[in-house]
Amino acid sequence: MAFLKFGNIRIAGISACVPKKIERNDELTSLIAIEEIDKTIKSIGIKEKRIADVNTCASDLCFAAALRLLEDLDINRDSIDALIFLTQAPDYPVPATAPILQKRLGLPNSTACFDINLGCSGYIYGLATAFLFAGHENINRVLFLDGETFSKIVSKKDKVNAPLYGDAGTATLIEKGDSAEAFFSLFTDGAGQEAIIIKAGGARHPSSMSTLKETLREDGNIRSEHHLFMDGMDVFNFTIRVVPKNIQEILAYADRKLEEIDYVIFHQANKFMTDFFAKKLKIPSQKVPYCLDRFGNTSSASIPLTVVSELKDKIKTPTNVIFSGFGAGLSWGSSLLDLAGCLISKLVEYEPAEIHGSSRSLNE
Amino acid sequence: MKEKFLQIVSEALEKEIQNIQITDHFKEYEEWDSLAILSIMALIEENFGTTISRDNLNKCQTLEDLFKIVTTDNPQ
Repeated sequence: MAFLKFGNIRIAGISACVPKKIERNDELTSLIAIEEIDKTIKSIGIKEKRIADVNTCASDLCFAAALRLLEDLDINRDSIDALIFLTQAPDYPVPATAPILQKRLGLPNSTACFDINLGCSGYIYGLATAFLFAGHENINRVLFLDGETFSKIVSKKDKVNAPLYGDAGTATLIEKGDSAEAFFSLFTDGAGQEAIIIKAGGARHPSSMSTLKETLREDGNIRSEHHLFMDGMDVFNFTIRVVPKNIQEILAYADRKLEEIDYVIFHQANKFMTDFFAKKLKIPSQKVPYCLDRFGNTSSASIPLTVVSELKDKIKTPTNVIFSGFGAGLSWGSSLLDLAGCLISKLVEYEPAEIHGSSRSLNE
Repeated sequence: MKEKFLQIVSEALEKEIQNIQITDHFKEYEEWDSLAILSIMALIEENFGTTISRDNLNKCQTLEDLFKIVTTDNPQ
């Protein structure tokens, strides 16, 4: 049973980077009728999101976030023992992107670097993995980079998915240190493997001329086998069944009550869904920060992005939080920990170097 | 129970309760769209403690059909 707890391992800092380019949902009138747009925006709660350009990958956004975090924390590169990169949009199918980031960041060869492939449950899984590494006597610091560019894998002609997804890259530094206990729970249900899926491009359905063709689907949307398909109803069904229960599970495991928790941060899928969870669990709205109205659903990066965008000047001692992630797999999990002493960097906006005309690709 | 159910349908579809009959073919309602589906699923879960699968929803033609599925002990 994947219920994990750790003592004296802390999150030292979190940073996030979003592309500078904004796409507003009320501008999607060529795709969706205007009457429907207002209704959609109101219920899913997404007004606009950030879109990476063709030359920007999730790794670039994470790289920018990492630079900011390492600078803010004044971290010596040689002190990083492991680098975990979590995404469903790696630079290449082969090799993993983590070694590429190792080179870009100038980390030593003695750094263990690897990718994890998970969706919206990914931050919880990646964080748990980082904590597991940091728990070992020889590991002091783990840099966990979590970034996604779902805008690249959603069909622009898909009325359901086009309004939902935005791009972001985040960096979290985990290290040994004085800290309250941290708790994690991790779950899976592979029966839901087709609820959120991109069918082609892997070994099961290799790319071919036919997989690349965009076709009209039953739901009235146009996409190819390389575009994301999400069964909204099945996914909603799944989340209402497992998420509120999972929050209760992590509270029970940590032997805490909801009243002791300062913030519950849900994966930012849609506002209707997260409002439902908050209502069901009776969590007061001031304890449920959200940023999906400005950034959309950034998949696994949404939890750390919400922390950076909403909790930057709100970290006290203690700041007890629950993180709740759920998505493709189907996979879900939660974490309960104290963010006291955690540094939150200022949100970074990314503009590719060519536009800037200089070798620095960070924009303050 | 039937009243409660009709109340939920009214709320989910934002439709006046006097315009709702248990014999209605709800998928023909003007208000029946993807958001209505999510709202009704959420309210059913809240009030009846059960979830409706896509298959079961597809089998329903009238509100009576849906009511029967919701009130039969049917863990999904």
